[in-house]
Amino acid sequence: MSDDFKLPEDKAGRMERCSLFYSDIVPHNHALGLRLVDVAPTEATVELPYADFLVGNPETGVIAGGPVTTLIDATCGTSVMLRLGRMVPMVTLDLRIDYLRPARPGVSLTAVAECYRTTRQVAFVRALVHQGDKNHPVASAQGTFMLTEE
Amino acid sequence: MSDTKPSSAIAELVLDVRKTREYSRLTDAIPYTRFMGIGVENLAGEMMCRMRYQPMLIGNSFLPALHGGTLGALLESASIFELLLKTETPRVPKVISLTVDFLRSGKPQDTFARAIITRQGRRVANVRVDAWQDDRTRPIASAHALFLLAEP
Repeated sequence: MSDDFKLPEDKAGRMERCSLFYSDIVPHNHALGLRLVDVAPTEATVELPYADFLVGNPETGVIAGGPVTTLIDATCGTSVMLRLGRMVPMVTLDLRIDYLRPARPGVSLTAVAECYRTTRQVAFVRALVHQGDKNHPVASAQGTFMLTEE
Repeated sequence: MSDTKPSSAIAELVLDVRKTREYSRLTDAIPYTRFMGIGVENLAGEMMCRMRYQPMLIGNSFLPALHGGTLGALLESASIFELLLKTETPRVPKVISLTVDFLRSGKPQDTFARAIITRQGRRVANVRVDAWQDDRTRPIASAHALFLLAEP
């Protein structure tokens, strides 16, 4: 892989480069309205704004599980690239999500994912989803990713 | 995790659809499944889910491949519709946990899913669900999920 895929050293540069994955380059992230809001050395934070078309139960206004799965998958993938310091092709191997409490309708969801271990071929990530208070998460997740570059 | 509002309109719709099998009335009543193009169909006498391909489902434009999240969404929706239409649960079941194995990349085409209820207790149901495209014996994603059921 050439150096073109290296992430910049500075935070602003990393934000800008990783934000590409939340533009129309990744159509489904873009369709849901996902937005990268913060990056750290091994951690990504992504927001999913509440929207009527995401509702899974029309009588409570609670968001469906599907958009939460997409939010977690995308945030986890970004945290892997942050840890590796470069943009690498990867695929999700598995993802486990525990729903800890019901999401409040009308409020955006924020996922924070940390890639805590990588080997040559596999990356391990854990994530939390909250609605403003990290100490009261809505969901907790764990995922593994296969790094697919030759 | 108790419901604060009774979900009477959906409950009535579900009861009706169980009898009439006009599945689209239910999937259209849920904004997210309508947005995703996820519907319930009767195919060869079997009730299954189909997620109709649309370009906005793509996660990797270069391959191209469906976004992993869309497959998770299809698997979870298929499980919920199976529970709603095949059991007596009066309200939309709430997911407690979902574990997805991604087996193959999803091509830009329609994807199908079939859920099997492996255990249904009074409060919790366990579901296994597979998603496939061309060949049902080669699933592209598979999940097991736990749901909290509202007591009848």
